[in-house]
Amino acid sequence: MALPELKQTATEARLATMEFPNAGCTRAAREAAVARVRKMGLPDRRDEYWKYTRPDTLVQPVAPEAAVFEHDEAMMFSTFDRLKIVFVDGIFDPEVSDDLSLEGVEIDRLEDICCTDIHWAKDLYGVLEERGQSPVQRPLAALNTAFAADGVAIHVTGKPSKPISLIYVHKDTASDATLHHVVRVETGAEVTILENGPAASRFNKCMEIDIADGGKLHHIRAQGRDHERRAVTHMFARLGTESVFKSFTLTVNGVLTRNECVIELTGDDAVAHVAGACVGDGDFLHDDTVFVTHDAVNCESRQVFKKVLRNGATGVFQGKILVKAGAQKTDGYQISQSLLLDDDSQFLAKPELEIYADDVACSHGSTSGAIDETALFYLRSRGVPHSEAIDLLTLAFLAEAVEEIEDEALAEDIVARLEAWLKRRS
Amino acid sequence: MLDIKNLHVKLEDEEKQILKGVDLKVGAGEVHAIMGPNGSGKSTLSYVLSGRDGYEVTDGSAHLDDQDLLDLEPEERATAGLFLAFQYPVEIPGVGNMTFLRTAVNAQRKARGEEELSAADFLKIVRERAKSLKINADMLKRPVNVGFSGGEKKRNEILQMAMLEPKMCILDETDSGLDVDAMKLVSEGVNALRDEGRSFLVITHYQRLLDHIKPDVVHIMANGRIVKSGGPELALEVEHNGYADILAEVG
Repeated sequence: MALPELKQTATEARLATMEFPNAGCTRAAREAAVARVRKMGLPDRRDEYWKYTRPDTLVQPVAPEAAVFEHDEAMMFSTFDRLKIVFVDGIFDPEVSDDLSLEGVEIDRLEDICCTDIHWAKDLYGVLEERGQSPVQRPLAALNTAFAADGVAIHVTGKPSKPISLIYVHKDTASDATLHHVVRVETGAEVTILENGPAASRFNKCMEIDIADGGKLHHIRAQGRDHERRAVTHMFARLGTESVFKSFTLTVNGVLTRNECVIELTGDDAVAHVAGACVGDGDFLHDDTVFVTHDAVNCESRQVFKKVLRNGATGVFQGKILVKAGAQKTDGYQISQSLLLDDDSQFLAKPELEIYADDVACSHGSTSGAIDETALFYLRSRGVPHSEAIDLLTLAFLAEAVEEIEDEALAEDIVARLEAWLKRRS
Repeated sequence: MLDIKNLHVKLEDEEKQILKGVDLKVGAGEVHAIMGPNGSGKSTLSYVLSGRDGYEVTDGSAHLDDQDLLDLEPEERATAGLFLAFQYPVEIPGVGNMTFLRTAVNAQRKARGEEELSAADFLKIVRERAKSLKINADMLKRPVNVGFSGGEKKRNEILQMAMLEPKMCILDETDSGLDVDAMKLVSEGVNALRDEGRSFLVITHYQRLLDHIKPDVVHIMANGRIVKSGGPELALEVEHNGYADILAEVG
């Protein structure tokens, strides 16, 4: 079916600005992705999947400018021993990155892979993204596969001694970055991947994650207070038997953030948790769109999303659990909650369950609420000042999401950062 | 210490007068009890004194020493030395009891210009005071009042009182929902805090609590006013004869 004219025009206008990089062994995948983009068209506000979040600024040919956010805070995760991989405005910076060698993992730059004809990443690049295009289309992910200028391929074969830390630095007010990472966790291997930083004025990032039987991946991401940045990110994860994928994202401000997470449980007894804590203040929209497919027996999935919104901020949650026929003994859980600190802020939620197996336990819930006045008075009656009491109750509200982080030190780091951010009130 | 004059209070959003001229003076080191039938305004008095929203003072005054309570925010009243032990202590999921206690203690110290307690000093004090109230380490770790039994919640109130060291303590039906042993434990906790600089206003339905916490003065409240005051024998009279006689007597 032909695309509506407006959509086709917008899509072609965007494609015209994109530069097809030196593709090497990813060429076929990239060309196929361009064809997918042309077929689907880039999203516009008439698309059901973009009903709550206007994609215009993510699609328009030139990225809106975004001032570089000045702050005096230490870099996130800076107290942790980690392997740093730094991208400045979407381009790998070897000067400030660590040496990419670490026992138990092989890391290659996408640019290097694109200079070769044979690489393991060839079998993953664009593959999970393409699988994730059904039943819901994600054209911006296909656009990413087609034109990603940089990224890394992480092949985890053992248990590396420290986390791999992807750091995204924003320096250019007009930067428009497209990064694509592929991660393969081999049987029994285990890794922690950290991500932080605004990356660019406009950031399109895609991460494809393939976890083999018994593999484990922990992912912790912090999207900071950089007010003017825009980001659309996709995570596509495929889980083998008894594998574990746990992802947590902290988001504070940013004029527009859409984080999509597409998880496929393809092996029995696999576990996938995806969680997010978000604090939005003012002209801010944060969208978590999650799609979990159960296609194996006895798997567990959890979606835990908490958003604190004030001064007119908007939070969006679109979460779905799809249980395919035969995915018996599925244990699916989904909760999305917002704490609205004033009447101007809004939370838009679309929780969905679609179940074709008959022996499953799936629960979902979604709430919007204000600060509990009784609890607030209780705290104040003990001498805790109003603003401090609000912060305490706000942190308490976010706690269920933060508790999804298994590593205690990282969880404490996230809580400390949250506390500091809440205190600043900006 | 506490000086309430001609206090008139109505509900903020309806024309319902609840307190209709309460006069009450509690001297330093004294224990006063307030008894009265349901709906007489006892709990309202405790909420208005501690600054809860939803009430409007239409006349009268309330001072704690030389401070005008009605002019202060709830946290300022607490810092000034007022403490309300809640009839229904509030559950706060996600906030650890210990964090709550330390935040409150240090917030008050900070407001008074005192140095905040270090984590180690605080821990030492809280452990010691929790022990005498039979509050175990687990209760200190759990979220505030979440999953606590009725007795545990009330003991937790007394622990907060012990940590905050207020000068004016209001106990709003602290005996409700307590079994005999728990009531004894809570009363012992309160009695341990009695001294010449600290006063208590004990709101209760039952004389039994006053066997444990011996009052200097007993007030009977009815229809938004204090209608009769007397010694501890007044509580016994209520226990035996109910309120009918007293109410008839005062018209």
